[in-house]
Amino acid sequence: MTVSAAFAWLLAPCRARCNESAPVDLDALAGCLSSSACLVTQTTSGLIIGMLLFLVAVGLTLIFGVLKVVNFSHGAFYMFGAYFAMTAYQLTGSFALAMLAGAAGTAILGLIFERVFMSRVYGADVLMQLLVCYAFVLIFDDVVRIIWGPEFRSMGMPAAFQVMPLFIAGGVVPPYYLLLIGVALVAAIVLGIGLSRSRIGKVIRAAAHNPGMVSALGINTGLIYGGVFALGGMLAGLAGALAAPVRSLTPGMGFSVLIESFIVTVIGGMGSILGALIGALLLGLIRSFGSLGFPLFTEGLMYLFMVIVLVSKPTGLFGKEAA
Amino acid sequence: MTITRTPGISRRSTLALMGAGAMTFAAPWVARAQAKTIKIGMPTILSGRVAQLGTSSRNAVMLEVEKANAAGGLAGRQIEMVIRDSKGQPQEAARVARELVNTDGCELLLDGEASSGSFAVHEVARDLGVLCIHTCSEASSLTADPKQHIPNAFRCVRQGIHDSIVGGSYAAAIARAKSLKKWATCSPDYAYGRDTTGEFTLYLKRFAPDVEIISESWPKLFQPDYTEVVTKILQAKAQALYSCLWGGDLTSYIDQANIYAMFGQMEVFAVNMADYTALTVVKNLPKGIHSGNRYIKTFPTTPENAAWGDAYKAKYNEYPTNWSWQNATAVMFLAEAAKKANSADGKKIAEVLKGLTIKCPFGADGTVTMRGDDQTLVGYAIGWGTTIPQEPYVPEIKAGDWKTIFELEAEWKKSKGFT
Repeated sequence: MTVSAAFAWLLAPCRARCNESAPVDLDALAGCLSSSACLVTQTTSGLIIGMLLFLVAVGLTLIFGVLKVVNFSHGAFYMFGAYFAMTAYQLTGSFALAMLAGAAGTAILGLIFERVFMSRVYGADVLMQLLVCYAFVLIFDDVVRIIWGPEFRSMGMPAAFQVMPLFIAGGVVPPYYLLLIGVALVAAIVLGIGLSRSRIGKVIRAAAHNPGMVSALGINTGLIYGGVFALGGMLAGLAGALAAPVRSLTPGMGFSVLIESFIVTVIGGMGSILGALIGALLLGLIRSFGSLGFPLFTEGLMYLFMVIVLVSKPTGLFGKEAA
Repeated sequence: MTITRTPGISRRSTLALMGAGAMTFAAPWVARAQAKTIKIGMPTILSGRVAQLGTSSRNAVMLEVEKANAAGGLAGRQIEMVIRDSKGQPQEAARVARELVNTDGCELLLDGEASSGSFAVHEVARDLGVLCIHTCSEASSLTADPKQHIPNAFRCVRQGIHDSIVGGSYAAAIARAKSLKKWATCSPDYAYGRDTTGEFTLYLKRFAPDVEIISESWPKLFQPDYTEVVTKILQAKAQALYSCLWGGDLTSYIDQANIYAMFGQMEVFAVNMADYTALTVVKNLPKGIHSGNRYIKTFPTTPENAAWGDAYKAKYNEYPTNWSWQNATAVMFLAEAAKKANSADGKKIAEVLKGLTIKCPFGADGTVTMRGDDQTLVGYAIGWGTTIPQEPYVPEIKAGDWKTIFELEAEWKKSKGFT
C-alpha cells in the first residue's frame, strides 16, 4: 500500500462520519496563501481573534506574575465587562461610555474581589485558591443570571460601525475590527512601557520579585496587589466590552475564553506580557488559517501547538526558568 | 317440627352489617383516591446556556395545565406538575426522571429534554413502563428507528427529517430560480447539526441536482467567535449558505457575519432563525434571511394561534419558543386522550393516543395527529419564509405539503432500514 493510499484509507471512515467533509484540505490552504485577498482577510481574522484573547490572557498572566495566583475566575471579568457595556449602551446609547463602563466596572469589581476574598488565600494551598476561584465562577454566573436573566442577550453593533467593510488588497476588513485591534495594541504598548519604564511599573515588578523587601521600604504591597488585580480585571472587562457588539452574552460566557487564555499563557509563558501577545496572535492565526487547511482539526491544532511548546520549552516561549 | 332460633343477631346478619360498615367507612377513602391529583413529572433544562428553552417549556405546560384543570383535569383528577432541572445533562435527566416516578409518585412523564437527554429518559420509560411523551427532541431516530420503539413512549415534537424535506424543497426552488449552484454550510458540530445538515443537503440536491456543496464549517457548540468561519465562507465565494446554528450561537454568528456584509453577498438559509428567542435578540436583523418556522404567532395564520401566542406573552411577558408549542400540544393530547379513555391510567391513555387527532392552534389545518405506527406528531404547521427586521419578522411563510413529506419520509425510513 502506498503512503497516499494508506492516508486515504485512514481518512475513509472519518469522511463517512463527517458527511464527506475533508479533514485535511491543503489545497484550500495553499490557495489562500497564494492569494492576497485571502491572505489579508484570514490574517486580519487571526489578528482579531488573537487581540481579544490577548486582552484576557494578559490580565491572567499579569496577576500570576505579581501575585503568583492562577485566577480561575478571570473569565467572569470578561463576562461582567460585556454585561456592563451592554447595560451602559442601552442606558446612554454611547459606545464610548459602554467601553468605559465595561473597563471601569470590572476594575472596581476586581479590586473588591481581591481585597475581600483573594487576599485571604495568598499563602494558602494552590488547591484552596483554585476552589475559591471556582466557587466564585459559579457565584458570578448566578449573579449575572439574577440581574440580567438566564437567556442570551445581544448588545448590537453601534450605528457608527454599521458600515460596509473595507477592501484592502482584495481582502475584507470590517472597520469595527480595526478599532478592536487598535485598542488592544494600544493596551499592549501602554502596558509594556508602563511596566518597564514607569516608577509604578518598577514597583510592581519589584513586588513580584521580592514583596518583603518592597514592604520593608514602606510601600503598601496590599495596594499594589489590589491594583494589579484591578488592572487584570479591567483588561478582561475591556475585552468583554469590545466583544459585546459581536458576541452573544450569556451567563457562563467567560469559561470558553478562559480556557483559550490559559492556552495562550502556557504557550507564551506564565507571567510574560510579550509572551501573552505572541501566544494570542499565534493562536488567532492558527485558528484562522487552520480552519481552511484543517477544518476538522482546528481546535486540535491549538492544543497540538501547546503540547509542542511545552515539550520543547516547558516554561513557554517567553517564560523564565524558576530561580 | 319447629325451628328454634337463638336470640340476637345471626351470623349472616353480622357479616352483612360488617360489610355495610366497611363500605360506609371505606367510601370516603375510595372517593378521595379517585379525586386525588395526578402527578406528572417533567425533567427539563432550567439552568445553563439553553435554560430559556426549558423555562419556556415549563411556562407553556403550566399555561395548558391551568386550562386542563379548569376543565376537570385528567378524567376528573387535577394535574399537579413536578418539574425538575436536568441541567441539560443526559445522566442527570435519567436520574431525575427515575426519581420523579419512584420517589415523587409521578404517574406520567413529559420529557422536556434536548435530544441527548431524551434518549436517556426514553430508556427510563422503557424500564419503568410509565407513559412518557417526549416534547423537545427533534432527532428523527427517536421514533423512526424501530429499535427505539416502546408502546408507552410518544413524541410530540417536530422532526428533523420533516424540516429537512420542506427546507430542501423550498431552498431548491430558490436555487433553481436564482441559479444558486455553489453552496456552503455552517452548522454546530454535534449530532443535531450534522444530521440536520446532511438531511437538508440530501433533499436540496434531490430537488436541485446542480447544487454543489463547496465549503463546510462545523464550529463547536457554544463557540464564542465565528470570525474564521465567516471569512472561510466568504473566501469560498459561495452563492448560498445553509446553517442550523441556533440560539445564542446563531445570533453571534449573525452579528459577526453582518459586519463582513455577508448577507448582501449570498442567500442565507438558517432553519432556526424564525424563533422569537433569536428574532428579538438580534439587534440588526438582516432582511431576507430564509428560515423555517419554529414558533411564530403569525404562522399558521389563524386567530387561534395568534391568541395562544398573545396569551403566553401576556402571562410571561415574553414570546413563546419552539419548545413552548410542542409542550403545550403534549398537554392538549393528554387531556383529550384521558377524556376519551375516561381514565388517567397511563396504559389506557397510551392506547387512545395512538392515531389520535386533536384540534390544535399549531396544526397545519387546525388539527394535529399522533401517528399510530411510530407514535410521533404529524400535521403540525411547517414552512419557510424570509425575515424582516421588525414584527411580524417573517411576514409570509410558504407552507410545506404534508403529502410530499409523508412520501419522502417513507423513502427515507426505507433507506435507513427503519421499515
